[in-house]
Amino acid sequence: MAAMQRYSIFSLLRGALSGHRGWQPAWRAPEPKSSYDVVIVGGGGHGLATAYYLARNHGIANVAVLERGWIGGGNTGRNTTIVRSNYLLPENQRFYEHSLKLWEGLSRDLNYNVMFSPRGVINVFHTDAQRDYWIRRHNGMRYAGIDAELLTRSDLARLVPALDLSPAIRHPIVGGVIQPRGGVARHDAVAWGYARAADALGVDIIQDCEVTGIDIQAGRVTGLQTSRGPIGAGRVGLAVAGHSSRLVEMAGIRLPIETHLLTATVSEPVKPFMDKVVSVAAAHVYVSQTDKGEVLIGGTLDGYNSWSQRGSPARLEDILSAACEYFPRVSRLRQLRHWAGVMDMSMDGSPIIARLPVEGLAMTGGWCYGGFKATPASGWCLAWTLANDAPHALNAPFSLERFRTGAVLDENGAGPVAWGH
Amino acid sequence: MLLIPCPFCGDRDETEFAYGGDAGTERPADPGAATDEAWTDYLCFHDNPKGPHREFWFHRDGCRRWLTVERDTHTHELGAVRLSRP
Amino acid sequence: MRRQPFRAAEGGHLIDRSEPLRFDFDGHRQEGYRGDSLASGLLAAGVRIVARSFKYHRPRGVWGFGSEEPGAMVATGVREEVRPNLKATEIELADGLMAFGQNAWPSVAWDLGAAVGMAGNVLPAGFYYKTFMWPPRWWLALYEPVLRRMAGFGPAPSAPDGAFYAKRRMHADVLVAGGGPAGVAAALAAARAGAKVVLADENVRFGGGLLRAPGEIGESDGLAWIDAAIGELEAMANVRLLRRATVTGYYDHNLLLVAERAGGDAAPGTPETRLWFVRAREAVIAAGAHERPLLFAGNDRPGVMSASAAGGYAHAYGVLAGQRAVIAGNNDSIYAVARLLRGAGVSIAAVADARAESGARDLPCRPGRTVERALGSRRVRGALLRRTDGRAGDRSERIACDLVAVAGGWSPAVHLHTQARGSLSYDEERGLVLPDRPGGANRSAGAAAGRFDLDGCLAEGWAAGVAAAAASGHERPAGEPPRSPDRVAGDAPVFWRIGAGKQFVDLQYDVTAADVELAAREGYRSVEHVKRYTALGMGTDQGKTSGMAGLVLLSEAIGRPVARTGTTTFRPPYTPVPMAAMAAGLIGEGRDALRRTAADDWHEARGAVFTAAGLWRRPSYYPREGMDEEEAISAEVREVRAGVGIVDVGTLGKVDVQGRDAAAFLDLVYANRISTLKAGRGRYGLMLREDGRVFDDGVVMRLGENHFYLTTTTAQHHAAMQHMEFLLQTVWPELEVYATDVSEHWFAAALAGPGSRALLGEVAPGLDVSDEAFPMMAVRAATVAGLSALVFRMSYSGELSYEIAAPADHGLALWTRLLTAGREHGLTPYGTEAMGVMRIEKGHVTHAEADGRTTPDDLGLGRMVNAGRRSIGRRSLDLPALCRKGRQQLVGLAVIDPEARIPPGCQVAERDDMRPAAPLGHVTSFCYSPTLGRAIALALVENGRSRIGQTVYVASPVTGLAMAAEIVPPVFYDAEGTRLRG
Repeated sequence: MAAMQRYSIFSLLRGALSGHRGWQPAWRAPEPKSSYDVVIVGGGGHGLATAYYLARNHGIANVAVLERGWIGGGNTGRNTTIVRSNYLLPENQRFYEHSLKLWEGLSRDLNYNVMFSPRGVINVFHTDAQRDYWIRRHNGMRYAGIDAELLTRSDLARLVPALDLSPAIRHPIVGGVIQPRGGVARHDAVAWGYARAADALGVDIIQDCEVTGIDIQAGRVTGLQTSRGPIGAGRVGLAVAGHSSRLVEMAGIRLPIETHLLTATVSEPVKPFMDKVVSVAAAHVYVSQTDKGEVLIGGTLDGYNSWSQRGSPARLEDILSAACEYFPRVSRLRQLRHWAGVMDMSMDGSPIIARLPVEGLAMTGGWCYGGFKATPASGWCLAWTLANDAPHALNAPFSLERFRTGAVLDENGAGPVAWGH
Repeated sequence: MLLIPCPFCGDRDETEFAYGGDAGTERPADPGAATDEAWTDYLCFHDNPKGPHREFWFHRDGCRRWLTVERDTHTHELGAVRLSRP
Repeated sequence: MRRQPFRAAEGGHLIDRSEPLRFDFDGHRQEGYRGDSLASGLLAAGVRIVARSFKYHRPRGVWGFGSEEPGAMVATGVREEVRPNLKATEIELADGLMAFGQNAWPSVAWDLGAAVGMAGNVLPAGFYYKTFMWPPRWWLALYEPVLRRMAGFGPAPSAPDGAFYAKRRMHADVLVAGGGPAGVAAALAAARAGAKVVLADENVRFGGGLLRAPGEIGESDGLAWIDAAIGELEAMANVRLLRRATVTGYYDHNLLLVAERAGGDAAPGTPETRLWFVRAREAVIAAGAHERPLLFAGNDRPGVMSASAAGGYAHAYGVLAGQRAVIAGNNDSIYAVARLLRGAGVSIAAVADARAESGARDLPCRPGRTVERALGSRRVRGALLRRTDGRAGDRSERIACDLVAVAGGWSPAVHLHTQARGSLSYDEERGLVLPDRPGGANRSAGAAAGRFDLDGCLAEGWAAGVAAAAASGHERPAGEPPRSPDRVAGDAPVFWRIGAGKQFVDLQYDVTAADVELAAREGYRSVEHVKRYTALGMGTDQGKTSGMAGLVLLSEAIGRPVARTGTTTFRPPYTPVPMAAMAAGLIGEGRDALRRTAADDWHEARGAVFTAAGLWRRPSYYPREGMDEEEAISAEVREVRAGVGIVDVGTLGKVDVQGRDAAAFLDLVYANRISTLKAGRGRYGLMLREDGRVFDDGVVMRLGENHFYLTTTTAQHHAAMQHMEFLLQTVWPELEVYATDVSEHWFAAALAGPGSRALLGEVAPGLDVSDEAFPMMAVRAATVAGLSALVFRMSYSGELSYEIAAPADHGLALWTRLLTAGREHGLTPYGTEAMGVMRIEKGHVTHAEADGRTTPDDLGLGRMVNAGRRSIGRRSLDLPALCRKGRQQLVGLAVIDPEARIPPGCQVAERDDMRPAAPLGHVTSFCYSPTLGRAIALALVENGRSRIGQTVYVASPVTGLAMAAEIVPPVFYDAEGTRLRG
């Protein structure tokens, strides 16, 4: 295959001289081969990252990524783009910190600017109990070698002038914490960057290819039935968060996952006034401003099983009123559009990156709110698991068995209620 | 926003209700006799169909009755809505 | 110069020439008339550059007429009052209006940012993905801040929106979205049938397309017919008309959101926007269609505009969008527009019809030709016309003009149809994306369904109204649909572009045809990829004018039929909705009511410092002269332990449980056995979740054989109640039990301290308070301070203590009478802080310890679990991970240095260097204990119970504090419990 066309300011200048006619496709559009060493189902960030790391870290390049629609069209393109590793449980801290470190070098690794911007992720709190919890969480991060700092109200006033710090509001803000290395990235670019880099290493990315069945012989996966014909596979990795239950069901396996809606919305773009990502505990809302200038607002689940991709206006009223209450100037803006992601909500709020009880079959899913930031490490761990037929220490805790033994990773302590996390 | 026909209170917005999850999962009658697998099936491994689903809803801000509701999780179309305890 | 040089001497059905208005744009005083939009006012004044584009800062003028406007983005107001990103076409002129063009400095006319446009060649779609990667730190430090500043759009406001916003909710039989001919006909049919109808239209006046161009209905002028129909509807009791009201979203179960703006002449107190939540049995989507652009070089220059808009400014406002016009298009509408403009006084330089065969004798026609390039930079100065069939040797014709009116055909507004999950089809021949199968109880009619002739719109609207009324249970209305002689279909063949150069598809985000082609060349071949790679259609006009052009360009670039390329998802809202309108009524106490206990007035008068407990506020402590917070709290603790104190516990959840099976039920709900309680006695009760983790705790009192009264914590009151109702109604429906939430019915206060018995004896003379007659964990009905009450003897503080519950209406009386009676006894009111100190000293757990991850055994409560194997959560305790060794266990921590104070959120570590290492556990609760004279804490520590006696470090790396502490049993004070039995 041809070497990947390098991107740089010089290639852009050269492009300008030729009217930009010389740009090659970022990835090929190959016909599927009859079989591959590994087939990844799901052409979102996680699936494409898995293929990339299989080829780059494990030398397994005879790989196909099958995507039902267009790559990056699922939750990769529907999230609020936040990247952070400020978790409570050590297992989550280790995993997400590994992910954050991969993010930090990702643009150069992929030669594609994913615009990872470590602008700082802030959580503000209102009561003593919330204060104790958030500081404890950030102290725990420090013990795990992760950056974390405490913010006073005057720190908050300096860092986030848009935040209402008045003691007269219903739930006055008493302080906050920050993970300075947390931030945001350009969600679509992550899928595209991984696709381009994986393609350059020989991975076939096959769009418009829906998986309709999983072939299993003598307890071992042998291939997939697809809308573009059968494709043989030595091993199969599933990276279809949002639809994990349905895919895994094809192999006769049930998952401790329910599918729920998560709504997000953006305002019209305005000039920059806020560069931090701020999450408000009392209102379950998080707010940032994109590079384009839109105010991006996310909240909690709609709260009932749904695959509809259309959120309820009740949830919008919730998150927009919270945004207006804590960031009063936002009330002058107008809501431009809103959408909902279809989320794999696991029963303990933590993901599953594990081999499944069919030989050669493994998955990454159950991402709840954490999927976007996990993209690099999720692919990294699933690639490892597929290549070695065993989990890496980082993803060993994210097994399916934990739901049988009770060794769940209940980050919020909400119990086995999918919509409670 | 769903409009749920409560058998007592009539058509009400979803905001008056609390969701109670899959109604197809039955609690083992004698949990002490259930295997770990049977017990955790009940705890964690629930139906998650894309399509018709039987589920519990609680009319929290109304008559405080638990309802068993048939709802399509893809279209949100409602089928039968009845009291969980008639 | 005349103030309104481009205002025709007469005409303009929307304006009132008797009322001139003055307004200000970019610092220049202008004049218009009542009824003008800002766009028409600016055009009349000759202002052509209204804004600057997003990326290249190219000049942007008025392109459209209404909510489809892509270019003329302005801000109104000044400084903190600024309101950004408004479409000049949607702003009603008001006297004194201050408006500014956006995205420009110092002004839209002279914008330094335009320098970026010169570098445009280096900045194709997605350029930022290809560069700014080195050096790594420069992205955050330099590249991104510059990009951010160049992007954005309007100015960022700095103050909240002080205007008033409101919401209303209503039910309707039929909601009609759009008040053009189709919508009005639909509303008329449905209303005459007796249906409850809401007719909403986004303009100031009903009429839709008739606002822009004259038409004939019946024997009369179209607008006159509309006015008469509206008059009829207005008089009907079953009809609500909403003007300036855009149907913005279509949601589940036929809920539609309608954003109604206040008019320029609205009465004081009218909400800026009123958001209607309409549950409609049926909806009629008559939202019209948007005129498409033509693609040619310079098609973004001010002076290039939608032909129907150009006609509309003349017809509705008497405003000439130019003096000399070239009109170009691919359908018959160009001739009507040309005659309309000519009639208003515009000189028509040429009418270029892309189709070869068309023509009109009365106009300077150029059949088979279209615009190849608009000339001029800051505004149009001419146009090059060229043959569309590409015949060799053809030379372009240069025509001087200051207006290029383009008519690229119409795109039906299918947004609401698709929001309702309707499917779309592509009509290859007509070049239209059309609504196909509806996804809810709705039907599309008129231009929104691809009918562009007036007669067809009226017929289809009427039929939709009849059908919607029938579907919502109404008879067929009397009368026939109105007719019109206008039966010109107005279809346009798909024709998009000619020539080369910068041809803009999306005027707002500066997406050119070359950008779309570049995306396709680079492999971004899905329509969603193109949208995301180029930002096409993601602006505030949401691609209303650009969508179809982008789709056709992409299809050509990838060599795939349009029908297979598919459209992007149209996400709500249809037009931007003010955030403040969505938030209306839900700010502050509108979101979370502030709950106060019955004794709140007393606490307030006493000067208590309050703390939040869920929605409640509770006294945290009562400040004392000359004491800081810790001293005041310590004083409260000491006075309780030495004398007697009183605390308001009115926030606890209280549940009355009765019925034949009540005791059996409580054995299932609690992990410990309740059924063995004797009447008149109580017991601490522990609730688990089904996964074996501690859920809640409280006290269960047996008032009679089949009658219990139990308390929950403040935090879990609602969850616990819902949990019990779930179990009774779905898991054990056979049990005869009635659980009633009586939390609102009872107020409660606790008397605590060695002096509490004497005080209680005094205020409840009928009650034998001796230890024998009223032992620990007994309950008695009694008259206390002259009020009937229930008295429980139990203890949270570790002292002799009584909890007194009285009906909530008597709560304040009970509290004040106890305080009055207690004066002689030195009764001290104490708050949640002192209560917390005493419970930590006693090692009682709260939700800081029972955090949803801990089992009874983790908390040292393992021996309580004895209710039986069917009880909730019991089975889970046998799962391997819940009974494994090495779990974290609750212990006490006694800080060694008596002067040290524990900061919030500490971890428990083996060393004091605070360097990365696995902590042993974490502090759950902490305080300064005046009883022990040192800081103490409860903590969850790995194998904690086996570490008692070890020295560890309580550490907070984020505050830089670490201190040595001894691990001790979690009960610091009176472990034998002699005091509470006293």
